[in-house]
Amino acid sequence: MSNKQKLAVIGNGMAGIRTIEELLKIAPDKYEITVFGTEPHPNYNRILLSPVLAGEQTIKDIVLNDWDWYTDNGINLITGKTITEIHRTRRELTTGSGEKYQYDRLVIATGSNPFILPIEGKGLPGVISYRDIADTEAMIDAAKIYKNAVVIGGGLLGLEAANGLKLRGMDVTVVHVMPWLMERQLDEKAGKLLQASLEAKGIRFMMQAQTEALIAGESGRVAALRFKTGEQIPADIVVMAVGIRPNTALAEKSGLQVSPRPGGIVVNDTMQTLTDARIYSVGECVNHRGMAYGLVAPLFEMAKVCANHLAEYGIGRYVGSVTSTKLKVTGVDLFSAGNFQGAASGRPEDAGLEDIILSDPMGGVYKRLVIKDNKLVGACLYGDTVDGSWYFKLLREGKNVAEIRDQLMFGESNIGDVGHEGNTRAVTMKDTDEVCGCNGVCKGTITKAIKEKGLFTLDEVRKHTKASSSCGSCTGLVEQLLMFTAGGDYSATPKMKPMCACTDSTHQNTRDAIREQKLLSVPEVMKTLGWRTTNGCSSCRPAINYYLLSTWPKEYVDDPQSRYINERAHANIQKDGTFSVIPRMWGGETTADELRRIANAVDKYKIPTVKVTGGQRIDLLGVKKEDLPAVWKDIGMPSGHAYAKALRTVKTCVGSEWCRFGTQDSTQMGKDMERAMWKMYAPHKVKFAVSGCPRNCAEAGIKDVGVIGVDSGWELYVGGNGGIKTEVAQFFVKVKTSEEVLEYTGAFIQLYREEGWYLERTVHYLARVGLDNAKQKVVEDAANRKALWERLQFALDGEPDPWFEFEKARVDTRQFIPIKPIATDTVATV
Amino acid sequence: MSAIVTEMSWRFACKLDELPVLGARVLERSDADGGNVAVFRNSEDVVFALLDKCPHKGGPLSQGIVFGERVACPLHNWSIELKSGEAVAPDVGCTKRFPVKVDGGEVFVDLG
Ligand code: SRM
Ligand SMILES: Cc1cc2nc3c(=O)[nH]c(=O)nc-3n(C[C@H](O)[C@H](O)[C@H](O)COP(=O)(O)OP(=O)(O)OC[C@H]3O[C@@H](n4cnc5c(N)ncnc54)[C@H](O)[C@@H]3O)c2cc1C
Ligand code: SF4
Ligand code: FES
Repeated sequence: MSNKQKLAVIGNGMAGIRTIEELLKIAPDKYEITVFGTEPHPNYNRILLSPVLAGEQTIKDIVLNDWDWYTDNGINLITGKTITEIHRTRRELTTGSGEKYQYDRLVIATGSNPFILPIEGKGLPGVISYRDIADTEAMIDAAKIYKNAVVIGGGLLGLEAANGLKLRGMDVTVVHVMPWLMERQLDEKAGKLLQASLEAKGIRFMMQAQTEALIAGESGRVAALRFKTGEQIPADIVVMAVGIRPNTALAEKSGLQVSPRPGGIVVNDTMQTLTDARIYSVGECVNHRGMAYGLVAPLFEMAKVCANHLAEYGIGRYVGSVTSTKLKVTGVDLFSAGNFQGAASGRPEDAGLEDIILSDPMGGVYKRLVIKDNKLVGACLYGDTVDGSWYFKLLREGKNVAEIRDQLMFGESNIGDVGHEGNTRAVTMKDTDEVCGCNGVCKGTITKAIKEKGLFTLDEVRKHTKASSSCGSCTGLVEQLLMFTAGGDYSATPKMKPMCACTDSTHQNTRDAIREQKLLSVPEVMKTLGWRTTNGCSSCRPAINYYLLSTWPKEYVDDPQSRYINERAHANIQKDGTFSVIPRMWGGETTADELRRIANAVDKYKIPTVKVTGGQRIDLLGVKKEDLPAVWKDIGMPSGHAYAKALRTVKTCVGSEWCRFGTQDSTQMGKDMERAMWKMYAPHKVKFAVSGCPRNCAEAGIKDVGVIGVDSGWELYVGGNGGIKTEVAQFFVKVKTSEEVLEYTGAFIQLYREEGWYLERTVHYLARVGLDNAKQKVVEDAANRKALWERLQFALDGEPDPWFEFEKARVDTRQFIPIKPIATDTVATV
Repeated sequence: MSAIVTEMSWRFACKLDELPVLGARVLERSDADGGNVAVFRNSEDVVFALLDKCPHKGGPLSQGIVFGERVACPLHNWSIELKSGEAVAPDVGCTKRFPVKVDGGEVFVDLG
C-alpha cells in the first residue's frame, strides 16, 4: 500500500485533466490520483467537436490524452461512472453504482450542463443538446437519415451546430429570439453580416422567434416545432443550444456553497472551495469573484493555480481572465473581445467610450474598436480578423494606444513593421510557407504539432516546434495559428505570465520582492519566492542576476555563473565555439595607433576575419577562447561590451567639426555620452546615436536614445529600435546644452534600468509603461531626473573594465585555460 | 552471484576546487582522440563529464549555463541532461558521457 495522499478528480474533462497535467509537471509523485468521468472516453478536446461535426476532423483526432497516458502516469481512471455523493466528513465518494472511494484532497471539475428550454416536447427523441461526443454522434447519425434540422439558439454553439449539420446535407433552420445573432459577442452590424454570410451557405434563420412547443410525429419522435405565433416548421431533429449552466448539483448536495447567479461553485483565488479547503474546483462549474466562464483559456489558468496549490507551492493566485471569442465556421471570420458594443450599448457606464468603426458592407468587412482613456477596451471584427490576436493583446495588457490611434484600425502590419508579423497573414499562408525565419519552421509543421500533440499555449508551440523561440518576431503569427488551429485563444494573460517554468512569479513580482525585501542573492530570491527548481534555469537566473545588480549596486555581488556565456567570457560566442572581439571606439572614432595594434594582433593570433560592424566599429572574428586575454591586452582598447546587455555602440556623424551642414559637434557629444555611460548593464542592450543636423546621418531615429543637433540645441528621441521590428524613436525633449543631453539621457536610461524587465528593449518597455510615464518622471520632474542621473552615476562609479580588471569584474580566468588529462593507473573495480 | 568486472582507466583531470560551482572546464583532447570533454560541477558538488559537443549543432556545452542536473547549450539553448547526455524533450539527441569520480577532492574521468 502506498502511503501517498489520495487525490480524486471528479470530471475527466478539459479542466480536470489539465490540472493533473500541471500537477505532474511539478510534483509527479505527490499523490495517488484517481479520476472519475461519466463519459466513456479518455480526455478529449471538447472545442473540436465542431470540426468533427463539420466532417473536418474525427473523434480520434481530438483525443488529448489517450488511455496509455493514464497508465503511464499511474493514474487510476474510472470512466462510465458518475459520482453521486461526496461525504465530506468521511472524505468519501460514492458512484451511481454504489462503489466507494476515499480521498485526502478532491478536485471537482464537472463542467456545465446545456440549458434545456422548459417547453412542451423537450424530452422527445430527436431533441439533442450539444455538449459531448454522444451528442455529436447523435447529430452525425441523424444527418444520415433525416432531412430537416432545427437549431434553437443563435449563439456560438448553435451556429457551429447549424454549420455542421448543413455540411452533412441537412436543411437547417436556426431559431433565435434576439434581433441579431451572437448578441453577447457581436453588435448589430456584425451580427447581421454574419447572418448574411451563413444564409449564403444555405442556412435559414427565424429571428425574434419564440418557440412554444416541440411536436411529436407518428413514431413518437420529434417532427415539428411550433412558434408562439402558431406557425409550425418541420423538424426531424432539434438541437437546443440556448446556453449552459454550471454543473453544480453534486456540490450543492454535498453542502458546498454555490452561487445562485450566474451559478457555479464558489472558490477563492487558490481554487479552493469556500466551504471546504480540502476540496478544489476548476473549470466551467466554478464561480470565481462572481464570474463563471464558458471558454477554455480561463480554465487553463485556473488549472495551473490549482496544481500549484495541490503541490503545496502555494504562491500562485488566479485573479480572473479576460476572454475573447472566435466562431469556428470555416469561411467565416469573426472575433470579439471585451466591451465590444461601446457607447452604442446605451448603458450609462458606457457613455464615455469612443468608437472607431470601419464598415465595408460590400467587401463583407466590419470592424469596431472601443477605446476608453487611451486604452483599447473592446474589439468586434467581422470579415477580417487577422489582427484579432494583436487587439486582444493590446486589450489585456491595457496598453496606451494614444500614439498609434490613427493607425490602429489598419492593423499591426501598418505600424511600421519590417518583420513578418503583419506582412504574412497566418490564414492565407500555405503549409509550406515559413513562419519562423530563425529556425526554419513552416506553417504546416506548426499546425500539425498543434493538432497532433494537443498544444494550447505559445510556450508549448515554442518547445515542440522551436517556432518563435529565437528572435520572437513571428510570435504574433504563431498566436494566430494557435487561434485558428486549436479554435480558441489560449495564451495566458501576459501580465500574469510567470518568468519561466521554474516559478509562478512574474518579472514584476520578482523585481518588487528584491527591492521590498532587500534580497541580495540569487538563491535567496528563489527561496523567498518559492522557486520549484534548485537553481533555476538558463532563462530565470540571468534575469534575477540583473535585477539584483540594478537594484543593489555596490552591495550585490555579481554572479557570473548566472550569466550567459558572452557575459562570462566577455566576448561573443560564434557558431564554431570561437569568439569575437569588438573593442570600444569612442563615438566610432579611431586612430592610426589603434589600427596598427589591431593589425598586429590579427597577424599574431591568426584571426581569420576582420569586419566593420553595423555599429561603427571593428570586429575581430574567430578568436580562440585561450587567446582572448592576450588579444585584449595587445590591442589595449577598452571592452566594447558588444557581447552584453549593456551600453553598446554610440554612433555619431562627423558633425560641425567638418560637415558643411553641421550645427553641433555630434562626434564629441557621442564620445561624451559613451564615456559617461559605458560599463552600464541594462535589461537589454542599449544603443545611442548622435547626428549633427536633421539629415541624421548617424540614424538616431532608430536608437534607444537618439540625439539630433539643431541650431538652438539638441533634440532627444527615445525608444527607437533598428532590429527585429524597426521602431522609430519618439520625441522626448529638446534641450540646450550638452550637459543637459547627458542628464536627460542618463535619467531616462536609469529609469529603464530600474523598471524594465529583463530582455525588454526600451521600445517594449515604453510600450508597456507609456511614454508619458517616462516623460513625467524625467522631463517634468526635475528633482526626480537629477536623482535618477545621480543613481546611475553612483552605480557606474568605479565599475571595472572586464577586459583588464579581471578580479574586480569577477572574471573567472580559469575558463581561458583548458585542462590536460593525466593518465593514472588502470584500476579494476569489482 | 557473478561479479561484474569493469576495466576503468581513470585519468586525473583537476582538483574539485578548480571547477567553478555551477560551471564547467574544458578537458582538452585532440580531434583524433574524439575532441574536447566538458567537466561540469553543479551546486551539490556532483561532477559530470560529457563530450563538449551539443547533439544539435555541435555547440560547446562547457560554455553553457548549468542548473540542477542540466546544462543549457550556449548556441540555441537546448537543455542537456548531465547524467546521461540526453537532450531534454521535446528535443531529441544524445551526446557521449564519460564516467567520473571524485576522490579526495580530486576529479578523475574515464576517457575510455
Ligand atoms: C557584429 C554585428 C553585425 C555586424 O557585423 O555589423 C552584430 C552581430 C550580432 N547581433 Fe546585432 N550586430 C551588430 C549590429 C546590430 C545593429 C546595428 C546597430 O547597432 O546600429 C542592430 C539594429 C539596431 C538595434 O539593436 O536596434 C542589431 C540588431 C540585433 C538584434 C535585434 C535586436 C532587437 O531588439 O530587435 C539581435 C538579437 C538580440 O539582441 O536578441 C542581434 C544580435 C546579434 C548577435 C549577438 C547574434 C547572436 O546572438 O550571436 C550577433 C553577434 C555576432 C558577434 O558575435 O559578433 N542584433 N545588431 C553588429 C555589431 C555592432 C557593434 O559594433 O556593436
Ligand atoms: C461544441 C463546443 C464548442 C466549443 N468551442 C469552444 C471554443 O471555440 N473556444 C473555447 O474556449 N471554448 C469552447 N467550448 C467550451 C469548452 O469546451 C469548455 O469551456 C471546456 O470544455 C470546459 O471544461 P470543463 O473541464 O470545465 O468541463 P468539461 O470539459 O465539460 O468536463 C467535465 C466532465 O465532467 C464529467 N462529469 C460531470 N459530472 C460528473 C460526475 N458527477 N461524475 C463524473 N464525471 C462527471 C462530464 O461528463 C465531463 O466529461 C466549446 C464547447 C462545446 C461543447
Ligand atoms: S549578424 Fe545580426 S543580422 Fe547577421 S546573421 Fe547574425 S544576428 Fe543575423
Ligand atoms: S548547438 Fe546546442 S542547441 Fe544548437
